[in-house]
Amino acid sequence: MKKTLSWSETLITAVVKTCGYSAIVFVILIFFFLLREGVPALAEVKLSELLSTRWYPIENHFGILPLITGSILVTLGAMLIAIPFGIGTAVFLSEIAPRWLREILKPLVELLGGLPSVVLGFLGILILAPFLRVFLDLPTGLTALAGALLLGGIAVPTTVSIAEDALDAVPQSYREGALALGATKWQTIWRVTLPAARSGVLTALMLGIGRTIGETMAVMMVTGNAPVLAVKLSSIFSPVRTMTATIAAEMGEVANGSTYYHVLFFIGLVLFLISLVVNVVASSVVFKSKTRAERVLS
Amino acid sequence: MKRRFAVDRFLIQRLGISLISLVALLTVVPILAVFAYIIGKGAPAFSWQFLTAMPRDGMRAGGILPAIIGTFYLTLGTAVFSVPLGIAAAIYLSEYARENWLTRLIRIAIINLAGIPSVVYGLFGLGLFVLFLKFGTSILSASLTLSIMTLPVIISAAEEALRAVPQSFRTVSISLGGTNWQTIRKIILPEALPGIITGVILGLERAAGETAPILFTGAAFFLPHLPNSPFDATMALPYHLFVISTQVPGMPIQIQYGTALVLIIFVLGMNLTATIIRSRARAKRQW
Repeated sequence: MKKTLSWSETLITAVVKTCGYSAIVFVILIFFFLLREGVPALAEVKLSELLSTRWYPIENHFGILPLITGSILVTLGAMLIAIPFGIGTAVFLSEIAPRWLREILKPLVELLGGLPSVVLGFLGILILAPFLRVFLDLPTGLTALAGALLLGGIAVPTTVSIAEDALDAVPQSYREGALALGATKWQTIWRVTLPAARSGVLTALMLGIGRTIGETMAVMMVTGNAPVLAVKLSSIFSPVRTMTATIAAEMGEVANGSTYYHVLFFIGLVLFLISLVVNVVASSVVFKSKTRAERVLS
Repeated sequence: MKRRFAVDRFLIQRLGISLISLVALLTVVPILAVFAYIIGKGAPAFSWQFLTAMPRDGMRAGGILPAIIGTFYLTLGTAVFSVPLGIAAAIYLSEYARENWLTRLIRIAIINLAGIPSVVYGLFGLGLFVLFLKFGTSILSASLTLSIMTLPVIISAAEEALRAVPQSFRTVSISLGGTNWQTIRKIILPEALPGIITGVILGLERAAGETAPILFTGAAFFLPHLPNSPFDATMALPYHLFVISTQVPGMPIQIQYGTALVLIIFVLGMNLTATIIRSRARAKRQW
């Protein structure tokens, strides 16, 4: 094992090692810059003001509560779509569809995942919003509902892809065992395959949520961008504004280093921390299931 | 009693499977409709002039050349930074790293990078590249921002491709007196190359379609000329589509659909290339 390395070998090892650590460096750098530009907001704006319900920066009202509720409302709506459609489609592809159909449909669904969100936002403005306005008889179609529908469409490919992988990874012997015991195909899916793939399906949902809450362009284009506190269920039919859309729409117009600028960075910091929690939880689910699988196999 | 139970569960099975199939159908049909619609609506705008001319009349006429060139530059710039870094990081994880807490930390960092909202990357790029390093609103700043966003995709895909190379290849190379690096460069990398290229293209595809990270780091609303240096701002296809569909009143609908179609062709063309490389490599592979 012990080998004298030439200097070039040593150099290359050092370079490769440094690059290997780059991911950690970048996460820290991103966190650092968000802190650096965002934390001054806490000194410039009172916390009670920051957590108030009025977002009107021109008159120095920096209440981010409406933006948070806007994000939550749109995300919840999107999950109501992504959970049944994402998992349903994954089950169909993995358990019901014949092989040839799966080979066509899975890349197709993943193709939607590769579609730039600005294109979906564009279609949302031109087709979805006018349709919702006429169909539901609303003053405007640019509502939380339009955002939720589009975001559902964005979360579905992520969910389908990962959930299908998880279902596919369930050993064939599980299904054969269930069928041999007299279970129907449906009972096998519902009581054996899905529970066995539970952690993977959960991860798929978590990552779907992560994608949804961070989505910017499509949401900014179709939700109407009204910073109104969304607390009632009927808020889904009115315009809202999310955290991501606020940053994207307003950062271009603020003076660098102003309070407004710091508050927008602070919102970015909040988004960063949310995605951190979502991803750490999602990945720890994966790790746990892996160790369990290893235990079973050994 | 027994018989009724049997009937019930088969009835449930039929209902359940029909329901799931319906859900899948409802997922797939809109996807097809979206693509068909954009192709159908965008095709009439398509012409040589649309692709190669500068915009005129406040972007309401003429072509979208600067946006196409801009997206090309940004994708290229992203590749320059993220490809070497991403592949090196993947080599480290696959060939050098031991399974310890540091490696686990790297993996968690990669997962987190992949999950950070794109607009937060935009903020970071503004803070670090545009303002702190004073690169200004430029192709350079935007490319660097997109590179960091693309990095986790490239690292994960390249690591997977490297790990797929059988262990025996490494053992044989080392036993013949090859050094660690010789083994990687002459044996492992060539074998893993198609997988790595596929991952790189999929990562760059994401970068090419993104708008939020370049909003404050390098995208220009309108430029009368093509960018001359990496320190110029640039127009870009996704941002241009955003601008002409929300910010410019009286925009001819045909140009909007045409721009959407060009963007989709750009992105899906990359996707298709990646898929073809992958399936070809799989067919040729002998291990």
